[in-house]
Amino acid sequence: MTVKRYKAAEYDVAVIGAGHAGIEAALAAARMGTKTVCFTINLDWVGNMPCNPSIGGTAKGHLVREIDALGGEMAIAADKNTLQTRMLNLGKGPAVHSLRAQIDRRAYSGYMKHVMELEENLEVRQAEVTEIEKCENGFKVITAFGASHFCKTVILATGTFLKGRIYVGEVNFESGPDGTLAATKLSSSLQKLGITLRRFKTGTPARVLRSSVDTSELELQPGDEKITPFSYSTDPKTIKNTHDCYISYTNDRTKEVILRNLSRSPLYAGDIEGVGPRYCPSIEDKIVRFADKPRHQLFIEPCGENTEEMYLQGMSSSLPEDVQIEFYKTIKGLENVKITRSAYAIEYDCIDPICLKPSLEFKCCEGLYGAGQFNGSSGYEEAAAQGLVAGVNAARKVKGIEPMILSRSGSYIGTLIDDLVTKGCMDPYRMMTSRSEYRLVLRQDNADERLMHLGRENGLISDEKWQAFLDRTAKKNAEIERLESRFIPPSEELCEMLISKGTAPATTGVRLADLVRRPQLSYKDLAPFDPERPDLSDDVQEKVEVEIKYKGYIDRQLATIAETKRLEGKKLPADINYDEIGGLRLEAVEKLKKVLPESIGQASRISGVSPADISVLLIWLEKNKNA
Amino acid sequence: MAGKTVAAISTPMGVGGIGTIRISGEKAIEIADKVFCSASGEKLENIKGYTARYGRIVWNEKTIDDAVALVFRAPHSYTGENVVEITAHGGNFVLKRILRAVLEAGAIPAEAGEFTKRAFLNGKMDLAEAEAVMDIISAGGDRALKAARSTADGAVSREIASIKADLVFAAATVTAFTDFPDEEPTFSGIDKLPEMLSSSKEKLEKLIRNYDSGKVFKEGVRAAIIGSTNVGKSTLMNLLSRADRSIVTSIAGTTRDVIEETVQIGDVKLLLSDTAGMRETGDEVEKIGVERSKKAMENADLIIFVADASRPFTNDEKEIFDSIKDKTAIAVINKTDIADSDLELGIKTVKMSAKQGVGLENLETAILETVGAMELSADAVLLSNERQRNCVFEALREVTSAIDTLSSGYTVDAVGTCIDSALTHLMELTGESVTSEVADEIFRKFCVGK
Repeated sequence: MTVKRYKAAEYDVAVIGAGHAGIEAALAAARMGTKTVCFTINLDWVGNMPCNPSIGGTAKGHLVREIDALGGEMAIAADKNTLQTRMLNLGKGPAVHSLRAQIDRRAYSGYMKHVMELEENLEVRQAEVTEIEKCENGFKVITAFGASHFCKTVILATGTFLKGRIYVGEVNFESGPDGTLAATKLSSSLQKLGITLRRFKTGTPARVLRSSVDTSELELQPGDEKITPFSYSTDPKTIKNTHDCYISYTNDRTKEVILRNLSRSPLYAGDIEGVGPRYCPSIEDKIVRFADKPRHQLFIEPCGENTEEMYLQGMSSSLPEDVQIEFYKTIKGLENVKITRSAYAIEYDCIDPICLKPSLEFKCCEGLYGAGQFNGSSGYEEAAAQGLVAGVNAARKVKGIEPMILSRSGSYIGTLIDDLVTKGCMDPYRMMTSRSEYRLVLRQDNADERLMHLGRENGLISDEKWQAFLDRTAKKNAEIERLESRFIPPSEELCEMLISKGTAPATTGVRLADLVRRPQLSYKDLAPFDPERPDLSDDVQEKVEVEIKYKGYIDRQLATIAETKRLEGKKLPADINYDEIGGLRLEAVEKLKKVLPESIGQASRISGVSPADISVLLIWLEKNKNA
Repeated sequence: MAGKTVAAISTPMGVGGIGTIRISGEKAIEIADKVFCSASGEKLENIKGYTARYGRIVWNEKTIDDAVALVFRAPHSYTGENVVEITAHGGNFVLKRILRAVLEAGAIPAEAGEFTKRAFLNGKMDLAEAEAVMDIISAGGDRALKAARSTADGAVSREIASIKADLVFAAATVTAFTDFPDEEPTFSGIDKLPEMLSSSKEKLEKLIRNYDSGKVFKEGVRAAIIGSTNVGKSTLMNLLSRADRSIVTSIAGTTRDVIEETVQIGDVKLLLSDTAGMRETGDEVEKIGVERSKKAMENADLIIFVADASRPFTNDEKEIFDSIKDKTAIAVINKTDIADSDLELGIKTVKMSAKQGVGLENLETAILETVGAMELSADAVLLSNERQRNCVFEALREVTSAIDTLSSGYTVDAVGTCIDSALTHLMELTGESVTSEVADEIFRKFCVGK
């Protein structure tokens, strides 16, 4: 049956999907003044968390901070719906301090839906987009009911909905996550636009009823006493830890049940063709691949204030339901567990992001953008980060402004996008601190200093936030200057403290900054000996301490950054014909033609492009500048 | 790339005449000042462009050679950047040692055609010339690739790969520890980090040591026989060279000039010099000889210190012995045919009678051991060029810095960045990407994830 099309409204920016990528894309575009629409298959699942009920974590927490500095919504939404918050990795160094919060998932979803509804230039619409057609100056976005919208730009943020298919043991069926409908028609329309699609898969563990879990014998994991919010604009006092998490372990019996039933897993039976994420293996995968490990850890986490469901982190599975019930019950604390939702694997269509520009616009299709899991990434935070960038760039396109390209040396978001569009990905991409070569510079404490000016330039940072940032930074700089110039006299008390901390006593006057620089001492330790110290907030104190203590290491990374900026600044024209450049090796020509790097810097990160090839490109550039 | 200061020997290789090392880049003059001491005491930083100074190349407190440094200031140079050209005595050995010093002082080895490339990029050359440069670079890239591929099965790449694997594992251990904080503490192995790092450090040091002593095989070790007068230095020289090269008498102060001879011991070529005995002297000629002895001693890679078994140390000898403390040295207690000695010097010591030829084998073994020859057996791994050495040297520097960072109590994130840098330098040899290797390793070796 053909659906009769009718002409619906016109928009500057259309966003397909209202997950974490779609939300940020739609809000950014709308807040930048472009007329925006956001389509979703089910309006009650806006900003859903179909997997873990938490936001942040290592490297991901950095992304959330950066989203906040750029004027996104995720950090504020997380702060407003926190059940428990923890700063991870304290004691392992400032580069890897990472904030993670357990989130009330339904409240978070409701909050996001409301924010979107209240946004002036934004319409949210429940509809399945079935076709996108290229037309003059834009696209026709057509829904299942025949509504045809003219949109100047389109952002694809389809998550796991695109041809989604759920697997539980021998059972599989078309579905989106959490019992939603899959988007089954859009894929073939995208292929008509020249986009190549492929299959990835991911999975989630079971949810269980709180009253069926015996937590009395389990290790308790409470929240931090000292609360740090995600957003620079959140007052820490507004956040309370109201829920605990628990830790338990698998055992020999768990292993035995899983191994006995392995043949019933769709992965081992070969039913699933999609590539799964390496960092997020199912429990059966962990048991097979790391056979010598006696046990695997799992976290039991709350899903929300108004629900008794709990999430079993670390226990995702695509084994049949009866097997799931059997192996979950082998675990301490879960002996009488009642499952509310079974674990499942989901397979979906996505792209190889190498076909995108660093602006997240398709190379083959001007005005069309991709963001989130659709781009081959994984994780709410990775999705939101890309959504924000795609939304900003679609709006800038409409306004006729150059795209915002974030650098590797300036942010984790820039690193994430550069990795995706320069190297592509072979399995769902997750952010990790090791992905960044500049991690002592890209800290979660200084995301504002690195990025807020860009958010401000896009009109996404209010006067109030901007002023607070300027004040914070001025205070920090003044305090660093003071510590660098002020000496304190030696005293018995000081020497006593220094010796008790395991560091050398001071025999002469000593510069405060030099004391802060000693790894054994903290800024706070010195307070009694520093009567002139101004009253500073925790976040400013943290920045001061880190910048002084790690100065040597930070300066080295800054020097490397200055080096690479030279190459990033050398732009390669879009219409470059690599076949005609003599001196390039064949392998390099092929790789360059595929990636179409925007700068010499990006070209230098493509595997298969040698330093000699880069020299040839530099000379070619210079030659053509003169010609 | 364009920002770094590069250096290379820019005259054709070969012994004889003079040779030039060119340093080009923003820091060229600063780097030259670290290795060059002008006779006038002036810093190159303070002299004008197009002017030269005479002086010495000194590195690690050792004088390598006399040299002339010519300074060009940007943009008035071949490359359009700051350039220093150091002209010294020709011959691979000296020039390579100077280049080594320049590289250790902060320059990186220049690529094929790099000076010309820079000249072009800085607008010092026209378009037609540019085409030629691209060919040179392209050929250089091919050569480098071929060289890399030809060693792909070789011992060097195996050794590098093994060190790299260790460091990747160390980096992955740090990252797994920091990126997956929820995992059980037992899994991380982070406490083994100091061990892992010192093992990598040893391997890197060995590569450099082997390379340096490998060069010794090719180019020879400069050895000086020194000691007080009349302890039998010349007799020893004649014994080692199996020729009557030095005049031997019982008169103290017979050898008045430095006498040189090339001697083959095992696989090692020894550039042996017999020197005038060191003592305070009023004799003008002998005085000059003593001065020359001191110089020969300064330049030597190996000192053979000779003492007389038949009498106790004199004050002169004590002084000489003190002055060689920091050098690679072997002590010879000579004249055991006359007297026995229980002198304990705290360095490798050989008792012998040069006159009767007793103990020669022991001395030869001691020499071979000391120059690292014994260690450098047939299966020793040798880096093939200065570029590879530079990468290994930089990697070693970063690994050392990682160890220091760890032991001084800094957090592991700082240690991780040092390991990353070490890997970056090692991977310059193989052209891989560090960050993806580490991520791959984490997923391979550690069971992590939610």
